[in-house]
Amino acid sequence: MSTATGHIDAAGKKMGMWFFLFTEILFFGGMFLLYSIYRYKYAQDFHNAAAEENIVLGTVNTAILLTSSLCIALSIAAIRRGERFFSSWLQLVTIVMGVAFLVIKYFEWMAKIDIGIYPDSPVLLKMAGGEIIFFGLYYVMTGLHGLHVLVGCVVIAFMTRFTMKQTINRENVARLENTGLYWHFVDIVWIYLYPLFYLIT
Amino acid sequence: MKDTSAETRIIPSRTYAAVWLALLVLLAATLAVSRLQVLAQYSVLGSLLIATVKAGLVLAFFMHLKYEGRFLKGLLLLTLAALTLFIGLTFADVWYR
Repeated sequence: MSTATGHIDAAGKKMGMWFFLFTEILFFGGMFLLYSIYRYKYAQDFHNAAAEENIVLGTVNTAILLTSSLCIALSIAAIRRGERFFSSWLQLVTIVMGVAFLVIKYFEWMAKIDIGIYPDSPVLLKMAGGEIIFFGLYYVMTGLHGLHVLVGCVVIAFMTRFTMKQTINRENVARLENTGLYWHFVDIVWIYLYPLFYLIT
Repeated sequence: MKDTSAETRIIPSRTYAAVWLALLVLLAATLAVSRLQVLAQYSVLGSLLIATVKAGLVLAFFMHLKYEGRFLKGLLLLTLAALTLFIGLTFADVWYR
């Protein structure tokens, strides 16, 4: 918040956000650790299970998230030039892309659930040990990542409102900046999930 | 405290667009590496290397880490080192059990 002198501690706010992101790195890191250990122990099962993934949808979703990251970055540059409407519009485009990502994810999950692959399902429990672990990790990791995308969309929606109300403006961008950092971080998590679940077969 | 360049700098849209294009090219590259039979034996290493380059681009430009001071870069490095240590120690346990 601004003080009596109108000074805004942008550097402090940014540092706080980065500290939060460090905890997020360790949070997702724990799951990446599980993935790598079990991949090492059940290489063949992981190879077989990954063949079940839809590479086209996974690749499209990667492109969507990368593009959404560009949009939020451009929206921050726009508000810094004082272009309020252009910035808001770019934020809305980012939200639309986040929602598109989740809709595609929904169809991917449903396609698996339709053929009986979901946690504790009779079909899954008949599979090899490593395949059960692969799909377990798939649901947990993409699920928690999807939750982050959903939270990001809601937070960006608030930022759009603040931008329109001009409480976010060219002198006070910290909240939008931090939202951008969060969105890019979620993008980076997906950058690693994509090869681990879709490509490495 | 004086504003450092990272807080006030406006990165040109052209730079952002170039980074985005590079990310899409790398996406195509990682897809190609995983599909080509010739490169099959390098697919794990190749995919993770390309993912790390992509993550680096996002960090450096979209998250403007390139323009940040040593303190923040050091903290990120420390976090990644901690994660590497956890993974390394766990693998040491799995290998020599």
